[in-house]
Order: sequence, then C-alpha cells, then structure tokens
Amino acid sequence: MIEKLFGWVDDRVALSRSGRHLLNKIFPDHWSFMIGEIALYSFIVLLLTGVFLTLYFVPSGSDVVYHGVYAPLKGQTVSEAFNSTVNLSFQVRGGLLMRQMHHWAANIFVGSIVVHMLRVFFTGAFRRPREANWMIGTTLLILAIFNGFLGYSLPDDLISGTGIRIAFSITESIPFVGTYLGFFLFGGQYPGTAIIPRFFILHVLVLPLIIIGLLAGHLGMLIKHKHAQFRGRGARDDNVVGSPLWPTYAAKAGGFFFLTTGVTALLGAAVQINPIWQYGQYYAYKVSYAVQPDWYMGWLDGALRVMPSWEIHLPGHMVPNVFFPAVLLPGVTFNLIYAWPFIEARLTGDRAEHHLLERPRDQPLRTAIGAAVFAFYFVLFGASATDVLANYLSLSLNFVLWSFRVLCIVVPLIVFPVAYKICVELQSTKGAGQRKRHNVIVRSAEGGYATVSTPEYPGYIQPELDPVPLDHVDLVSAMAADGDEQAEGVYRIPREYR
Amino acid sequence: MSDTTEGQVHGAPDPGAQGLGGPGPGEQGHGGEPAGAAVPVATPVSIGSPQFAVAARHPRRAEGVAAFAFLVALCGFAGFGAAYWQDANNYLLGISLGVAFAAFGFGLVTWGKYLMPRGPFEEPRPQMATTERERAEFVGDFATRGKIAIERRGALGKLMGAAGAVLGVVTLFPLVRSLGPKPDSSMYHTKWRKGARLTSIDNRPVKVDDIEVGGVITVFPENDVGGALSQTVLIRVQATGNVVTGPGKETWGPDGYVAYSKVCTHAGCPVGLYQELTQQLLCPCHQSLFDVETGATPVFGPAPRPLPQLPLYVDAKGYLRAQAGFDEPIGPGFWYRGGSNGSPQ
Ligand code: HEM
Ligand code: FES
Repeated sequence: MIEKLFGWVDDRVALSRSGRHLLNKIFPDHWSFMIGEIALYSFIVLLLTGVFLTLYFVPSGSDVVYHGVYAPLKGQTVSEAFNSTVNLSFQVRGGLLMRQMHHWAANIFVGSIVVHMLRVFFTGAFRRPREANWMIGTTLLILAIFNGFLGYSLPDDLISGTGIRIAFSITESIPFVGTYLGFFLFGGQYPGTAIIPRFFILHVLVLPLIIIGLLAGHLGMLIKHKHAQFRGRGARDDNVVGSPLWPTYAAKAGGFFFLTTGVTALLGAAVQINPIWQYGQYYAYKVSYAVQPDWYMGWLDGALRVMPSWEIHLPGHMVPNVFFPAVLLPGVTFNLIYAWPFIEARLTGDRAEHHLLERPRDQPLRTAIGAAVFAFYFVLFGASATDVLANYLSLSLNFVLWSFRVLCIVVPLIVFPVAYKICVELQSTKGAGQRKRHNVIVRSAEGGYATVSTPEYPGYIQPELDPVPLDHVDLVSAMAADGDEQAEGVYRIPREYR
Repeated sequence: MSDTTEGQVHGAPDPGAQGLGGPGPGEQGHGGEPAGAAVPVATPVSIGSPQFAVAARHPRRAEGVAAFAFLVALCGFAGFGAAYWQDANNYLLGISLGVAFAAFGFGLVTWGKYLMPRGPFEEPRPQMATTERERAEFVGDFATRGKIAIERRGALGKLMGAAGAVLGVVTLFPLVRSLGPKPDSSMYHTKWRKGARLTSIDNRPVKVDDIEVGGVITVFPENDVGGALSQTVLIRVQATGNVVTGPGKETWGPDGYVAYSKVCTHAGCPVGLYQELTQQLLCPCHQSLFDVETGATPVFGPAPRPLPQLPLYVDAKGYLRAQAGFDEPIGPGFWYRGGSNGSPQ
C-alpha cells in the first residue's frame, strides 16, 4: 500500500533519483551544533502554540466589562485584548499551558539564537563562504527580538503597555522622520486605537513569514555549504566527517526536537510567566513598580538607564536623550555584527574558504574582542535591574547607577586582556582540553612506589576511528550484518567528533 | 528495507577518493587550499569494521533505556489525554505533556546515538568558489543575451523601466498616507486650555480643599479624562500660600498646590510615585527623580528636562482650574521640538 503510494508519487517527482544521495548526507557531531537546532525547534513550538492562541485572542483595544472567573477583576472595564487573554488563561482548556509555553518558547528562541551566534562567532564559522549566512542570521536575531516585543505587547496589560509607550518615544526620537514614523505606526498621536490590531497582524503573520523565508535561506545555504566541522581525525577542508542523515542524524535531531518541546511544556506547566491578571489592564496614567521587559530587551532598558541626561539642542531642532541608547546603540551594534566577517577579513588578510572551525583560543584577538563586546552588553543587561538591586542590597540608587556607568566601561577593558591572555596560555599549554590519562600508582612488595602509565582511553577498544566514505559502502548491508552480539563499538564517541 | 541485495559492500573503496589514514592536513596556514595535496593512501574498510558496529558498548542496556523512555512517553501522552478530558489544572496538563515529550525525545536520541552505526563516515565537500571559466561562461551568456535582447528593443526597455518606476513611487503613497495622519499640533499642545477644570479620573472636578498636604492625585482637563498626554499630577505641598517654583511662576501654585505634566520627559512613562519626605517625583521606568519644589527639575536619572508645569488658579467656587495650557511640549523630545523650551513652530 505504502509502496504503491510512494511509487505513484515517485513516478511524478523522481524523488528516488536524487533522494538516495540525500540519505547519505553527513552531519558533523558536536554538542555546540545543537544550539542552532534549539532555535529552530523552539520556533516550531512557537508556531504551533501561537496558532492555538490566535483561535481565542481578540486583537482589539475596545472596552468591555470583565465577567470572567477571576474574581479580583470582575466588573472592571478592560480592553478586549486583555479580556480575551485572561479568559484564554482561565477558561479555555489547556489555554494557560499554551500561553505559558508560547512565552517560554519565545524566551528560549531568542536565547538560543544569541548563544548560537556566539558559537558561530567564537569558532570562526562566519568566514568565507558563510558570510551571507552570518548576515541572514543577524537579521533573524533582529526579527526574533522585534517579534518577541510585539507579542509581549498584545495582551494590553499594564507592564507591556508601558513598554509600548516607551517604544513610541523611541520611534519619535529619530531625527527627521521619527514623529512621522510614530504617527504612521500608531495611526496617529499616542496612544491611538490602532496599535493592538496592527501589532497583532505583524506578530502572527508578517514577521513569522519573513522569519520562515529567511530560515529557509539560512538552512538551504547550510546544506549547500555543508556544515563546518572541528578538526579531528580525518576532518579536512574538503570533506565532512560525521553521521549520515538517515537514520542516525534524523533520530538524534528528531529526538532533540521532542526534548526541546518537552522542556518547554514543563516550564509552561511549572514556572509561571507573565501573569497579566496580576498586573491589570493598561491605562496610560497608571504605572506599576519594577517595570521589567522580557530578558532580551534588558540591554536596551539598561542602556536607557545608564545614559546620562544629555540631549542635543540645535536651532529649532533637537536630538532627544533616548535616541542615543535606544536607536544609535542598537544601530551601531547590529551594523557591526553584520560587518564583522568583512572587518575580520580585512584585519587578517585571510579571504580563503574555510570549512574547519577554529577553537576560540586559536584566534586570541577575535576571542578577546568578542568577549569584551559581549561583556559590555552583559553589564547593560545587569543595569536594567538598578532599582531592584538597590532595593535588594540596600544601597542608594545613585550608587548603583553610577557603579553601572563605570562598570560598562571598565568591565570590557578588563575582559579584553584577560580573555586574550587565557587564549595565549591555553595555546601554549600542552594537552589543554584533552582527556587526562589515569595516573596509577602502585606499591611494590618492598614498599617502593611507581607510576604506571595507562592508555589514554582505558577500556576503549578503538577510541579514534578513521572516517569511512559513505558513498562507497552500503550502509544497509552493513547494518543488517551487524548483530548486536558482535557489537564492538565504543561507549563514547571521541572528543573530536562530539 | 527489503532490498538488501542491491548494493554490495565495497571491501576496499575507490582508493583515490578519500584519505582515510592519519590526521588530516588541516588548514594549511592562511588561505591554504588542500586541493593539490597528495592523496593519502586509503585503508580498506570492511563491513566488520568497528565503524559499522553500534555505538553502545552494551547495546542491550541502551535498548532497555530507550524502551523505558518510550514507555514513559506512552503513559505520559495517555495521562495528558486523560488530564485534558477531565479538565485538569495547568500543572497536571503541562507536566504530563512535558514528561511525555521529553521521554519520547530522550528515547529517540538514545536510539540514534547508541544504537546506530557508530561511524564516523565522510563525504567530499566541494569548494564553493567557482572557476574563472564557469563564471565567464555564465556571465557571458547572461550578459550577451540580455544585451542583445535589450539593444534590439531599446525603447521597450525604457518604457518598461519607466512603468516600474512609477509603480514604485505610487505604492509608497497609500502606505504612508493612509497608515496615519501627519504629526500635528498635538505634538505641541495638550487638551489643557485656559479655564479647564482639574478633573479626577472618576470625573469629579477637584476643589481646593479636596486634598490634604502631602496628597497627590492625577488630574485631566474635563474634556479629556484619562487622556494619555494631558495627564497631570496635582500635589499639595503646603496648606496655604503660593508655591513659587521659579521666576515668572509666582502665581502658578495657589493654595499650596502645584501641577506638573505626568508624562516623563525621558521616555514618556507616567511619573507615578511621589515621595513626600524628599518632595520628589519618581518615574518607575528608569528611575528619574524630579524635584517638586524647584519646578520638577530632574535631579537624578536619564530624564533631561523638567516636567512642564501647569499654571493653576482657584475660581470663585473653589474649583482648581488651569490658567493656560502647558507653555512647552510635554513628554519626551522629538526632532521638531525646537530649542530647549521647545517653542511650537
Ligand atoms: C531564527 C534563528 C536561527 C535559527 C533557527 C538558526 C538555525 C540554524 C541551524 C539549525 C544551523 C545548523 C546547526 C548549527 O550550526 O548550530 C545553523 C547554522 C548557522 N547559523 Fe543559524 N540560526 C538562527 C540564527 C542565526 C544567527 C543569529 C546567526 C549569526 C548571526 C546565525 C548564523 C549561522 C551560521 C553562520 C551557520 C552556519 C554554521 C556552520 O556551518 O558551522 N544563525 N543555524
Ligand atoms: S521614562 Fe521616566 S525615566 Fe525613563
């Protein structure tokens, strides 16, 4: 039956002609390659849970009176967006789980993109021919942050509403076009009535479509280039060493998707996130204490806080304070990220193709720059909690703020030489990062002690194997011939391939 | 997988194809292309080679682990179904679903990692860069054909280009002109007018003895209650007398009252918290502090300008009213705001 069906399809698309080759596609193994996969899988979770949410969410700012089951809100006038989100959480079966999974998946999505990006950066995976994929990736990061912000704003609660207000102010601050942009985006002066429906369609349709398109390009290019790999036995610039797509990689990657989904579900079950019924409906004149955005907005919030109270006044015009931390800083940041592969090629003069990844220590300068820049944003992220820290540590707000102003300059200046030094030291330390041998000390009958050297992988039959060109062997007969009894594999895959 | 007869196991693969011996040459310095390197001698590979054995040392054990995981997944999914059916709480729903998915994934990963041929396997990776010749041929074809086509019908090309350009321009119009109005006088003036009564959110006009010393309330002009831009904080700092916050503002604070725009001059949050002890207004968004007695000048944080002050008077019946609107644009800055006091253009 299935064979017949496949035959019918195959006669029309000739899948088996090109497909057989695809089954043998090799994927290098390394734990750090999973980080990009987490991003991909959490995006799928976002799509699935998001579709569920759209079935119940009402994207409208119109007033309704709340009549749901949550007693403290009963009788209050709220917006339809807020009302439907609360109802979705309390009255739709599985609704709260889906909402919390969606929010957790969003945080994991952006988080894994950032970590994935760090891995690509520190291993030099962005070098030729992967510069374009690096730029697509950067665009994906920007879009992911934007879409997260849009989604976060939809429930129209007190905390996210404050975020929208700040977003309007930031838009307004752009020289020449800012006020126009703000009015076009919000359909008029703040707050307008258009923003929830507009954010909604951007969040559920426009940005996801763009993300899907770019992801297709990102992964398509990955397939074309074939995955970069670390050095290891048999790994060269002109080959790929690892496991085949079918069935090994498919099982591992598929399993990893379900693991990601499972973890997201557990978080959605056990860790509350964004309880909007506690914050209440947004009103422009209300504000709550300890206003904090989602984590990936933290660096911007921190930058807004540590920026001194300057603005530029020109005859008849001005450049507002928020322009510097919230428009200029992200603009410079992302443009530098886009340009990095080219900056580095210019610095090193290395414009050749590379498919072998580097370890961070191999390029001390790059690693030190990356670490220092990351440290800068990390301090800004910390600065988004100035008020909380001041409260918690019983320090004056003044002291905490000034500390962060100093730290965001000093910390990168310290991190840079330290990271550089660590790289250089690691380079010259023999066997750093390598598995240590056991030192077995034996005592002789006379009472003397002696150290006996042991093999590097005690008990391992053949720790490092040469790669087998899969195009030349029939994996099917090999697998069929391999009864479990005669299995003589090793327990672990050697470090180079992990 | 019935078709095992089809391929033969190649005891010794094509020796010229892949190097199997020893560590690879790696990257030979900067820009080193291993293309021309001598081909290493291939070691024969047989189907009995350890590369084809499963990766687990104890395959039975790995199989047991995977089986257990799938069993847990089965129970978990069933449990989720039951929980959903019974409309159980979020916790039960999520834990059953999460455990099931995680176990399912764990089983699958175990299967793939330990019960499949251990490898490693390899395949060749072609260079990305094309050869001079490939490129020359492609570009030649593309450019010459295009050139001939366009040159032969030059006028057509120009007309088509012109049509496209017009399309490009007109698509901008609806985008820009129907999304929203152009910035208007609301950038410079709120709904506060001369004589507007200060009205609380529940629509009650505020009378002079409604608020005690140290009290604070959010007020709006009576025709814009709840307005995002006209929101104003009214504070009673003393029992009697005018509060003078600066030269020219001698009459703005009658009977111990002062009123400031509630929209933070930093990024527009409502300046929500009044600290009576220090006479300061705090914006909770980025902790800007404004000194109430000196005209809401910013004393801490990123806010660059004082909160504009609303001049007040008390009418014959004791209602608080605005002498006029704010004398400068309220809230955060914008390009067309003008100089430091933002004279509306
Ligand atoms: C929507 C977000 C993203 C998803 C779903 C995603 C997914 C993936 C996946 C699954 C891979 C292959 C596995 C791996 O190397 O980890 C990959 C490779 C890659 N990604 Fe991403 N990625 C995203 C964002 C980014 C970002 C922000 C960057 C950097 C700016 C980036 C740059 C790259 C590069 C250069 C490769 C090729 C790496 C190699 O061949 O070694 N990606 N991406
Ligand atoms: S909005 Fe008030 S301090 Fe930033």
